Amino acid sequence: MARAAADSPPKGGFSFDLCRRNDMLLKKGVQPPSFRKTGTTIVGLVFQDGVILGADTRATEGPIVADKNCEKIHYMAPNIYCCGAGTAADTEAVTDMVSSQLQLHRYATGRESRVITALTLLKSHLFSYQGYVSAALVLGGVDVTGPHLHTVYPHGSTDTLPFATMGSGSLAAMAIFESKYREGLTRDEGIKIVSEAICSGIFNDLGSGSNVDVCVITKGRAEYLRNHLLPNPRTYVSSKGYSFVKGHTEVLSTKITPLKEKVEVVEGDAMEE
Amino acid sequence: MSIFEYNGSALVAMVGKNCFAIASDRRLGVQLQTIATDFQRIFKVHDKLYIGLSGLATDAQTLYQRLAFRHKLYQLREERDMKPETFASLVSALLYEKRFGPYFCQPVIAGLGDDDVPFICTMDCLGAKELAKDFVVSGTASESLYGACESMYKPNMEPEELFETISQALLSSVDRDCLSGWGGHVLLVTPTEVQERTLKGRMD
Repeated sequence: MARAAADSPPKGGFSFDLCRRNDMLLKKGVQPPSFRKTGTTIVGLVFQDGVILGADTRATEGPIVADKNCEKIHYMAPNIYCCGAGTAADTEAVTDMVSSQLQLHRYATGRESRVITALTLLKSHLFSYQGYVSAALVLGGVDVTGPHLHTVYPHGSTDTLPFATMGSGSLAAMAIFESKYREGLTRDEGIKIVSEAICSGIFNDLGSGSNVDVCVITKGRAEYLRNHLLPNPRTYVSSKGYSFVKGHTEVLSTKITPLKEKVEVVEGDAMEE
Repeated sequence: MSIFEYNGSALVAMVGKNCFAIASDRRLGVQLQTIATDFQRIFKVHDKLYIGLSGLATDAQTLYQRLAFRHKLYQLREERDMKPETFASLVSALLYEKRFGPYFCQPVIAGLGDDDVPFICTMDCLGAKELAKDFVVSGTASESLYGACESMYKPNMEPEELFETISQALLSSVDRDCLSGWGGHVLLVTPTEVQERTLKGRMD
């Protein structure tokens, strides 16, 4: 464990030094932990002026809802957004990483990022980890060559489609798209169909739920409509609520530490010679 | 038996009006045997930022030591304390680095940011952040804690009421979990002071 001394900021990438210990635990019969997944219904469609992406907002940890209002539409570039399904840590890490790479690329080239660039960066990263980085993505954006919509699978394969759905609620959402999609939709029609598809996932798939997020990307402008629809408001709150009288809880010991005021150093005038 | 049930733990953090509270149980066990009843799960990063680590106790301590090291380096370089959002990103990156051989810990981070706006967040053992505006829970008692917090939480509570609420939520939840309990430890942080209290709970 001499290398533990070199705990200076790592050079990046994954570190495998706990794998041997975790393997040993696995052999002793200890079950591996379950990671937070995003169950999910994510969708995208191409309309006459650009691309519309949609997602639900439930994050699950096994059968329990861990987050009732998480964000699944990730920013990649001012003109490119990406929805993520699968292991939450993987979707967040991979979209953050590609977003940084795209920004560096924009600085180097001096041009707006293209969707195909983001697609290639994502698929080559996912392929090199052979599906172990479990991220299923719907990538959409508008660049100089026009509107684009792609799906990326955890093993690194991609599809280019006019409308797409991913996640556990994808079948429910695809049913809506297949019956209602047509070419040349207007903005409002597109948002309506996307919202209906996500609602179909929310109400029929147990892994998806809560609210609908929508992102409309057109040439030169991206509009992120966070919580566009809230079809599941909480209606069972007790109006009185619980109120605990002060001193209700039995306390064994108390320690109060006042916080020091942080001293501010103000630049003084120069000394007179 | 899951690796998270080896030691047992319960952690909860709640947001109040310009203040936050973070609470944990105090049991350290080895499966069904209790080894200690004064185990520390909540660690101070700086005056206005605390991190609680649930899950495997050895990984919690190792992870805290690494985070303390990184924060001290940050303080030396930047000559200031880390903001809670930045610290949460640091923890997330440290956990995700071990994606294929993870630390078996679920952190709960609570701090007061600029202008004393409270910040809480939790992560799974791979570093997937969950920012919440009301409460976050972690540990073997998490399912009971979700239920208790959902019903007892009210927005914009004053520090005294927040203390009572978080204590009652913690104590009632750990009573429904064999692997956590044996008292409670609550830290309530306001812009001017830190109140640390030990709770009397069932010792079974």
